[in-house]
Amino acid sequence: MRGLLSALLCTLFAATALSAAEAREEVVLGLSQNRVAITADFDGSEILIFGAVKRETPIPDTDPLEVIVTVAGPASPVTVRRKEKKLGIWVNADSVLVDSAPSFYAVATSGPFEDVLSDTEDLRHRVSVERAIRSVGAAMNIRGAQDFADAVVRIRQDEGLYSLRPSTVAVDQQTLFRTAIDMPANLTEGAYTTRVLLTRGGQVVSAYETVIDVRKVGLERFLYALSREQPFIYGIMSLVIAVLAGWGASAAFQLLRDR
Amino acid sequence: MQIYLPIAEVSVNAFLLLGLGGMVGILSGMFGVGGGFLMTPLLFFIGIPPAVAVATEANQIVASSFSGVLAHFRRRTVDIKMGLVLQAGGLIGAALGVVVFNHLKELGQVDLLVKLCYVVFLGVVGGLMFIESLNALRKSRKPGGGAPVRRQRGWVHALPFKMRFRTSGLYISVIPPIMVGVVVGILAAIMGVGGGFIMVPAMIYILGMPTKVVVGTSLFQIILVTGFTTMLHATTNYTVDIVLAVLLLVGGVIGAQIGTRIGTYLKAEQLRILLAIMVLAVCGKLGLDLLIMPDELFSLGVAGGH
Repeated sequence: MRGLLSALLCTLFAATALSAAEAREEVVLGLSQNRVAITADFDGSEILIFGAVKRETPIPDTDPLEVIVTVAGPASPVTVRRKEKKLGIWVNADSVLVDSAPSFYAVATSGPFEDVLSDTEDLRHRVSVERAIRSVGAAMNIRGAQDFADAVVRIRQDEGLYSLRPSTVAVDQQTLFRTAIDMPANLTEGAYTTRVLLTRGGQVVSAYETVIDVRKVGLERFLYALSREQPFIYGIMSLVIAVLAGWGASAAFQLLRDR
Repeated sequence: MQIYLPIAEVSVNAFLLLGLGGMVGILSGMFGVGGGFLMTPLLFFIGIPPAVAVATEANQIVASSFSGVLAHFRRRTVDIKMGLVLQAGGLIGAALGVVVFNHLKELGQVDLLVKLCYVVFLGVVGGLMFIESLNALRKSRKPGGGAPVRRQRGWVHALPFKMRFRTSGLYISVIPPIMVGVVVGILAAIMGVGGGFIMVPAMIYILGMPTKVVVGTSLFQIILVTGFTTMLHATTNYTVDIVLAVLLLVGGVIGAQIGTRIGTYLKAEQLRILLAIMVLAVCGKLGLDLLIMPDELFSLGVAGGH
């Protein structure tokens, strides 16, 4: 708790120091939608993120302005298991608990990632996909603990859940920016944290954060809620539907045959 | 047409699910197996989370088996008494299976257990059935052979607590049916299947029931076991996806009707040899997966839930 507090204070301090030292540049953000409704025919969604840079002073003539947009789904711990060959067959052997990994993570930048953000700034703001995953408790006795964290990134990248999209943010006159983030069909519910970072010469000069709400609606919401809150009724309902469908098909075929 | 499944939390093609349901339904009606041993791996393959696939599959089997069993009721090929005795064993087995399942889940070895179960049981059952039905087929081809009705008088008939099963024309001890029920119940809980693929051969070879009655009785018993399993999964793991189940069972019940009709046109031996081939094919595929080095050595699991 104390660590968290001091970290918070540090960030606050850094933020104030930043804005005092540099010419003030703030993000004014717009979203095409601040909620994603998961309906029965949900097949992924594209969110348009656009905005402008508000400043009181002229555009600084130092390094050009770059923009990074990240969208992160709700984070949860993940157990990663590795298979090994034992007695001739492949079985799960070692496992590592990754403390926190977002269910979805997309990073869009206005240029090549290394040019837009320095390594130390990446470490501080946890921007890149690898940094967004936290794995503190990796046991020392397991060889190649880093492989496990890499595996999370690799597997989720293959599923389209994690992505780095360099040079997909369009910046106009160092003032207007916009990008589109594709969200796949296999989304989970929750608050999706959306961050916009403005950088110059790899240093973050301004940060803005908002939340996109991803929720099931209508029938999806109803069924999901029922299954959690009234599991017994939900189970009975499933069985009744199953029996009715079975009887219905049988009766229909009987009619067809008698005709 | 894509459809988002509320519990599985993935979006899949509705027609793909209808088609899968139909295909498996036909096999289910033909052989009197629930089809779970085919459907569950297929669902994994199209990206449904395993826990949801196993639970939902149980619910879908209820529908296709119910559809199939009605046709058998009309033909009076269901031994209800035998079904209930098997079921008594089945409930004990299901409870045991859940205990084993939960213990191995903590160790992260459920996948392995499920696959090993599949390989061992499918291999043994498929192999025995294939050899036996091949022999039977050869005998019936011989002119004047005329399939003799063999009445085995083995250990099954030496046990106490005898009971008369009129529909099957049997007078045997209740111990073997209950034992068969226990084994199938354990498998149903662990593998997410009705257990028809092991029940059918066990009825024929261990209990000596006539093949005609076996399919209907097996379906009848499967309905009870999978109904119980569905409730168990729905109330403890919340993993029954009703939308997925409906899509699968619409295809499944229609397929089961077609399958039952096809089944009546085939000879018992032919039916058995086809089922044996299918069982062996699934077994081979799963066995290879265990032996060949997988492309991805790592797998992700939900942490917590101790």
